[in-house]
Amino acid sequence: MLVIRSCSWVKLWGNSHPVRWSLPQVWAPRSPHRGLRTSPCTSKHYSFFKELDREFVKFQKKLKESLPSNDWSLLSPTASLPPERADVVIVGGGVIGWSVAYWLKKLENRRDGLRVVVIEKDPTYAHASTVLSAGGIRQQFSRPENIQMSLFSAQFLRNINEHLGLVNEEAIDLQFNPSGYLFLASEDGASVLEENYKAQREQGAQVALLAAEQLKKKFPWICTDGVALASYGLENEGWFDPWTLLNAFKRKAQSLGVYQSHSQVIGFKQSLREMTTEDGESVNFRRIRHVVVQVPSSPETHSVECALVINTAGAWSGRVAEMANIGTGDPGSLEGTKLPIEPRKRYVYTFHCPDGPGLDCPLLIDSSGAYFRREGLGGNYIGGLSPTEEEEPDPGNLDVDYDFFQQKVWPLLARRVPAFESLKVRSAWAGYYDYNTYDHNGVIGNHPLVHNMFFASGFSGHGLQHAPAVGRAIAELIVHNEFKTLDLRAFSFKRFYTEEPVLERNIV
Amino acid sequence: MMPEDTGSHSDYIPPVSRVIVPFMWMRSSRAASLAVCVQTIGALPAVTWGASRPSSSSSSPVSAVRHRLMDFLDKYFYDIEAAISWSVRLKQWNLRRKNAHYAYTERRYGPYVAAAYFALSKRGGVRFQGHTDWLRTDSKGQISWDFLQLKEVPVECVDLSESSLTFRGLDNIVSLKELRELYLRRCPHLDDWALSRLYVFQDSLEVLSLAGCPRITERGLAALHHLKNLRHLDVSDLPSVQSKGLVRILLEEALPGCHIVGLDYYEGLEDDDSRVVPTADLRH
Ligand SMILES: Cc1cc2nc3c(=O)[nH]c(=O)nc-3n(C[C@H](O)[C@H](O)[C@H](O)COP(=O)(O)OP(=O)(O)OC[C@H]3O[C@@H](n4cnc5c(N)ncnc54)[C@H](O)[C@@H]3O)c2cc1C
Repeated sequence: MLVIRSCSWVKLWGNSHPVRWSLPQVWAPRSPHRGLRTSPCTSKHYSFFKELDREFVKFQKKLKESLPSNDWSLLSPTASLPPERADVVIVGGGVIGWSVAYWLKKLENRRDGLRVVVIEKDPTYAHASTVLSAGGIRQQFSRPENIQMSLFSAQFLRNINEHLGLVNEEAIDLQFNPSGYLFLASEDGASVLEENYKAQREQGAQVALLAAEQLKKKFPWICTDGVALASYGLENEGWFDPWTLLNAFKRKAQSLGVYQSHSQVIGFKQSLREMTTEDGESVNFRRIRHVVVQVPSSPETHSVECALVINTAGAWSGRVAEMANIGTGDPGSLEGTKLPIEPRKRYVYTFHCPDGPGLDCPLLIDSSGAYFRREGLGGNYIGGLSPTEEEEPDPGNLDVDYDFFQQKVWPLLARRVPAFESLKVRSAWAGYYDYNTYDHNGVIGNHPLVHNMFFASGFSGHGLQHAPAVGRAIAELIVHNEFKTLDLRAFSFKRFYTEEPVLERNIV
Repeated sequence: MMPEDTGSHSDYIPPVSRVIVPFMWMRSSRAASLAVCVQTIGALPAVTWGASRPSSSSSSPVSAVRHRLMDFLDKYFYDIEAAISWSVRLKQWNLRRKNAHYAYTERRYGPYVAAAYFALSKRGGVRFQGHTDWLRTDSKGQISWDFLQLKEVPVECVDLSESSLTFRGLDNIVSLKELRELYLRRCPHLDDWALSRLYVFQDSLEVLSLAGCPRITERGLAALHHLKNLRHLDVSDLPSVQSKGLVRILLEEALPGCHIVGLDYYEGLEDDDSRVVPTADLRH
């Protein structure tokens, strides 16, 4: 049997769409048995179709005008309004959100078994970390889980067209630069670097240790003063274009039937159940019933009935968690434990230096924390530095502080690469780290009290590269009720309450 | 049957039929459905899946129509969608199979014989140390098994030109510590990720040819800086490399003492500045 597939008409007829309208009479096929192939095209048919065509255009125009936002097209039923009901609502359409959506569709055990909607407040992604990141991928972490996630992601990205390719579309070109990461360590940091190296090799990452002389020989443009040891990623490390990855996830997920809505989540409707523990303490269990959203150009709010909510709001996921009453109880209790994720502003500077390092330039991370990498081949580089806790800039806007480069970043870069003494800053941008103030690592899994809220955020500067692995992990939790591919239990929300930080030494 | 006929017996195809046709098919009998399936299978070779299409290909008008048709059918019918996704998956599976690691052979006969067997089964060739002749398959694709005697003799040269070698397929040759010459001409699936893996030959490799590989870009060529012993590098006819002149200069800088063939000095020099858009400018 031929089964009709995601045809826009069928969806529009479904009661999920808020706009109700009836089909004009003329559209119903007059005689269902009239095969197109056997009927000779007489002039009567000709004019009939012409007429029909005109009607069609007129109707489409009318329909378009009557809708709240005009980017809506009759043939692509993705309006900015969310459906009234969904199984899974994903809050935040950054790379993590769309990765979760893709994997849910991939792992669902029945076709269209899950109705998934991604809610993104800003379709231009003006503030989203994903598109403002440096695009790096590395295996040089200290936690085995982080190394494994990167290895998984590297494999995914390498075969991206097998996973996210669309039939009859151009191949996805991630613009991957396989140039590696180079971590430098001072005398003090050398032993830690060596330990990390061992952990990485154990997980199967191809990393090499270089002593100072070897480093000088391999990269003559580095000034090795104060460098005791370096570790250099040989495979699967480098940088790629974040936009391409985001779009690839998004388009594939949409082709698999994920809905998207351009609106902002402003709250949740929950049900509450009070229970008493053995010690006589009362605990409030909550369950999210509806997600309340607001569409930009309208004061009205809509609610989406849902079974699960996934918080992938990146730097704003702390705020979204608060909307679900997470962290609003007594301090020190599980109810009072906040999701410790906040936006932290980070600058990335683009500079030009004609005599700078050439083809062999890796993404270099200095022992001081400053980093840079090549951008193209014309002597352009991008670089930056995470400020100290005291220097944290105000995250209220994304303005760039150029003095920070002159005073803090440049001296460090020029000390490491003498050629950079003559560099010229070309431009700069700022983006938000989805910064986990507790232990700088992601939060993966659901909340112990608000059972149907899942987190996938707080990756503090390495979320882009982990997106494929994290999306899969969350989808596994939902579909199989446990992690299958990688064991990421250490990243659960509980660690904030039980005080078991997941420490990662290589945070840039 | 139907998809063709809608177009063939009348020059005027009303756009609205795009909408009505599926309704009719939906109501049509099982026989019609089958017919459509048969039609699909016939049309399947027309389906390209992005990755397997060389980036420079310009499709003819006929195949463009076919693509559109398949696209359309794929959008509306599960059967066709399934058939297409199966054909894509089959291709992927085939490519993976062709690049499988000959782990058993490697355990039993050692890395040299395994690599030689891999190269020969891809209709390539190898040369063992101390031999002057290349070992290749004969014109019928038959292999003479004498090389099984050469267990202990290192393989010095490998030719995998025009094979479907990928990153994974390199598993079969990365353990050749004595490899001095590697020919990978016109490999349609060889990409930048695969190039980044050639660093394993940094102590031995002297000759490398990547001529005519459609998917290699300047980003992958950058990874060749590891190969410090390279004396001869053929990078001619690489359609995906941008700013060819600049890439050549930078390669010469990174590989002093290496003779580079291909990548004209003056090709693409003028456009290198516009190409290096700082990432920041891509956003607003
Ligand atoms: C300067 C910089 C450099 C970086 N470099 C790297 C790197 O080299 N490698 C790496 O792996 N990572 C890097 N990162 C980190 C990486 O960018 C992030 O970890 C990752 O993008 C997080 O993805 P996300 O989808 O969670 O967040 P985002 O991309 O921020 O997406 C969250 C989305 O949620 C939406 N949203 C928020 N609140 C709501 C709401 N209430 N309703 C609806 N929508 C909402 C936002 O509009 C946003 O689009 C870097 C980050 C920065 C800032």
